[in-house]
Amino acid sequence: MRPNNSASATNVRFAKQKSARALATNAVDRLEKAPTGITGLDEVTLGGLPRGRATLICGSAGCGKTMLAVEFLVNGVREYGEPGVFIAFEETKDELVVNAASLDFDLAKLVRQGKLAIDHVHIDPNEIAETGEYDLEGLFIRIKYAIESVGAKRVVLDTIETLFSGFSNTALLRAEIRRLFQFLKSFGVTAIVTGERGENSLTRYGLEEYVADCVILLDHRVTDQITTRRMRIVKYRGSSHGTNEYPFIIDEQGFSVLPVTSMALRHKVSNEVVSTGVPDLDAMLGIGGYYRGSTILMSGTAGMGKSSFAAALARSACERGERVLYFAFEESEQQIVRNMRSVGIDLQPHLDSGRLRIIAQRPFLYGLEMHLVSMHKEINRFRPAVVVVDPISNLISAGTAREVSAMLTLLIDFLKTEGITGFFTVLTENGGRMETSDIGISSLIDTWMLVRDIEVSGERNRGLYVLKSRGMNHSNQIREFLLSSKGIKLVEVYLGPSGVLTGSARVALEEQERDASVRQTDDNELKLAQLEHRRKAMEAHIEALRAEFEADSAGVKKSVSLENKREKKLLDNQGAMARSRRANGHLPQTPNRK
Amino acid sequence: MKKKAGAPKKLGGSRSQKSKVVKKTKPQANESWRMRLYVAGQSTRSVAAIANLRRICDSHMPGRCTIEVIDLMRNPELAKDDQIVAIPTLVRKLPEPARRIIGDLSATDKVLMSLELTVV
Repeated sequence: MRPNNSASATNVRFAKQKSARALATNAVDRLEKAPTGITGLDEVTLGGLPRGRATLICGSAGCGKTMLAVEFLVNGVREYGEPGVFIAFEETKDELVVNAASLDFDLAKLVRQGKLAIDHVHIDPNEIAETGEYDLEGLFIRIKYAIESVGAKRVVLDTIETLFSGFSNTALLRAEIRRLFQFLKSFGVTAIVTGERGENSLTRYGLEEYVADCVILLDHRVTDQITTRRMRIVKYRGSSHGTNEYPFIIDEQGFSVLPVTSMALRHKVSNEVVSTGVPDLDAMLGIGGYYRGSTILMSGTAGMGKSSFAAALARSACERGERVLYFAFEESEQQIVRNMRSVGIDLQPHLDSGRLRIIAQRPFLYGLEMHLVSMHKEINRFRPAVVVVDPISNLISAGTAREVSAMLTLLIDFLKTEGITGFFTVLTENGGRMETSDIGISSLIDTWMLVRDIEVSGERNRGLYVLKSRGMNHSNQIREFLLSSKGIKLVEVYLGPSGVLTGSARVALEEQERDASVRQTDDNELKLAQLEHRRKAMEAHIEALRAEFEADSAGVKKSVSLENKREKKLLDNQGAMARSRRANGHLPQTPNRK
Repeated sequence: MKKKAGAPKKLGGSRSQKSKVVKKTKPQANESWRMRLYVAGQSTRSVAAIANLRRICDSHMPGRCTIEVIDLMRNPELAKDDQIVAIPTLVRKLPEPARRIIGDLSATDKVLMSLELTVV
């Protein structure tokens, strides 16, 4: 039965190889790839490892070679329906099963299901005496048997260099290893071969000579007592790939690489505005809040209320029904809830409803990469609309400033690609220039606000201003804000001779202005009263003049009429005398002649 | 070459067999030997190894030696049990402790030394 099977398998294999070859000649850059299913690694390799070829994973002891290989196989079975074979030269099957269980991989179950074959090849140099010619056909037969027993598409050899310790004839070994890779290729399996890092070469025995298709170097180094793991694709024949060193972590979910593929700045942009959670600040920004998917940095000195703004944003997002992921590097979850309650922001209901998730950890707990990769992972799992990191400056204790800057760049790019609003706080030292953040990420920030203490006449008050805000017609005013049990309140601006007035000085000025306005009102009333008074005086005067005039005019009229009467009487008298004398003959005309 | 593969049981009572050893032997002189030889098909090395093993057994411990030849081409699943990597591999099952010799057994002196059949 078996020969028939293997014959037909061989035919299929040849057909596959043929078609693969045809594919390769037709489309130049269309190397077929086998996805690893490892977070980030497929992005970095643009699709996975070269299918049907061998990939060398090299690195020093404990850098995660075996775990990467195990996850490659497990994902192959679970996600891509590709059975696998693990040829272990270093660990026994049981050891391997136990080790993988720490990553939540149940290898024993996969073996029972017939999806995975594990063969421990034990080589003890003390047991072996060489008498004459030999080859490694036994190993080949075992690999072939394992592959055929599960119909494997993926094979891991971990680590084949152990052979060099067992056999003295290195010339023969090299020839056999070369033959082994040809042998694997003939099965069309995608293989991972691991190798220990050598002094001046990638691997101690120069395996890279034989596995020339794809070489991945894993590395972990210790800086300031904190380990960071990195990987780099040294070569990938027939494919483009990311060339940088990418940080990775191994945790209970396995291997994850932080890819840097989002550097192209192609993320889509939203015009949607989300409230800051502080109505006054919404107004100050000119558009009613932050843009969704933008990155907000709030820098300031200690105790200025950065976290309060973060909490305000978190609450308002939760109230809209969105999810918020809050990374806290200074306070524990309970502490945040208690402290925010004191400024009128109750986060507990949102924690209870599951919309808010606070992940509090000390920054020096892990290396920087570990932090960022784990943040990456948490974000991917929780799918929040808003991510708060409070504060990012604490991460500096986990790496150098340049590393922090590089890492945050990755994080910000990731958030932007996902359309997640990011709110970061950063602590600036007193005395330094506020506008230069130590982290050096200011150019990546869309909205940068600064909270600062304004120290005048023995008081320390809080001031807020918008340093920059892309795409917004924001206020340029430094505003004082108050934290009270009613929340965050931005108060009106008072400009004095020495700048913005805050605190008591502002209150004093407010008082002064109130006094002044009262006095002004009094003045005006007085003036009006005086005017009225004068008007009345004037009217009285007019009345007096009129009375005088009327009195005069009455006098004049009287004297005139008296005069008329007297003249008439005179004429009458003259007429009577004339008549009596009858001097002129003509009587009545006499008075007219006069 | 097609030896009786997979019939190890038959050695059960062979311990009582006595036969005078001509050569001086350091280890358990009268003990019966059980050898298992792993080969792969009809390759020259395999054929040579079988012939060489025969010759050594016949000349150094005639009649006391059971040879079991396993062809991994036919029974690949048997390679695991004795951790076979190189071909040919000879495993001395008895007398204990087990010993492993690889190669076509053409270097007789080495073979004898490894099997503690000291010959001079």
